[in-house]
Amino acid sequence: MEVPILKQGAVLIATFQAALSDADLNQLRMGLVQQVVKFRSRAVIVDVTAMDVMDSFASRTLREIAHMIRLRGAETVIVGIQPEVAFAMVQLGLTLEGVATALDLEEGLAYLNEKFKTTN
Amino acid sequence: MAKRDGASLPPEVKQTEEPSELLRELVAHLRQNRTQLREEWVVRITETRLLTAMTKEEIFAEATSVYDSYVEALETEAFEALQAYARNLSERIIPRGVETHEVVGIVLLLRDVLARSLFAKYQNDFKKLNRILDAYEPAANRIANTVAVGFVQERERVIRQQQEAIRELSTPVLQVRERLLILPIIGVIDPQRARQLTEQLLRGIRTNRAKVVVIDITGVAAMDLTVANNLVQTVEASRLLGATVIVTGLSPEIAQTLVTIGVDLGKMNTVGDLQGGIEQAERLLGYKVEKLAEPR
Repeated sequence: MEVPILKQGAVLIATFQAALSDADLNQLRMGLVQQVVKFRSRAVIVDVTAMDVMDSFASRTLREIAHMIRLRGAETVIVGIQPEVAFAMVQLGLTLEGVATALDLEEGLAYLNEKFKTTN
Repeated sequence: MAKRDGASLPPEVKQTEEPSELLRELVAHLRQNRTQLREEWVVRITETRLLTAMTKEEIFAEATSVYDSYVEALETEAFEALQAYARNLSERIIPRGVETHEVVGIVLLLRDVLARSLFAKYQNDFKKLNRILDAYEPAANRIANTVAVGFVQERERVIRQQQEAIRELSTPVLQVRERLLILPIIGVIDPQRARQLTEQLLRGIRTNRAKVVVIDITGVAAMDLTVANNLVQTVEASRLLGATVIVTGLSPEIAQTLVTIGVDLGKMNTVGDLQGGIEQAERLLGYKVEKLAEPR
């Protein structure tokens, strides 16, 4: 399944679809890092608004994506986790520790704005 | 007189009626004597001191509709309709303070009144009386059962509704500034309330686009392991929605509990009291509060 990745200046925005298979997630992990390298992006926003479930594999993949992208000197923000999904995740102990999160795309961009301001 | 096949039937042996015919016969009798039987029933209700919460006129009005529904249920055997009627009736009388034993009581009284009138009518024909009762009793029992169950179901529905309302009211999620929510918790938190609290808060974070939440537990006396873990989960889930949680008002007892059961307090941002919590929240949101004048 193709996941749309948009470029917004120095930020890449990847919008995850509802039903991503493990294979899709693996592909995404490599694909996103390659895009960060290609465009010399400073940040990636992963929008998971459409995901109504988040299992441990998806959660681990997101953390790995964030770590790999950080090795390229870029920031990752996960946005759009639904209340029900968040509740289910923490009950399973999936807290996405170490990965920045924000309510939605708008908040994610605002967060990055602040971050870039203070680091520049 | 014409003879059949050279033999004649002895006069006292009659053909036995179909059960449905018997039912029709007894329903007709109950309808014919409606006024008198209903009156007798209302007298019995008052004698046994049931429905004391209602006036005589109200009892009479309800008795009329119950009597008619009873007889109709006997006739049509439409018990779903009767159950719907029973729930509807219950919806009206439960707020008046009518109890389960009263509803079951009056239905059984009606059953008795009607049965007695059948005894009276068929007292000279014991065999027929037996057949009539064979038709009446199963239907009457089913009616009593249906009405009682309908009443209890309605009561349970009301109780569930009230419990839900109480839970919602007791955990209000309040917006005190742009992007700042306060959740004051008071009283006993059981696991179910804790869960409902978390769901309400997460929904509130999304609706109000909150960036900081202050959960105040000054009013909570004690907390067990399950609820303490739920509090940690609430903090973690809020973070996934981009909100920071500040917990305020931990009593010494709760602080002790949390330390003893090994809750990872590093995951929790805590401040002594609600005032301190709001001040820190404002700082996090970039507010500065400045006093311009003395209070008047």
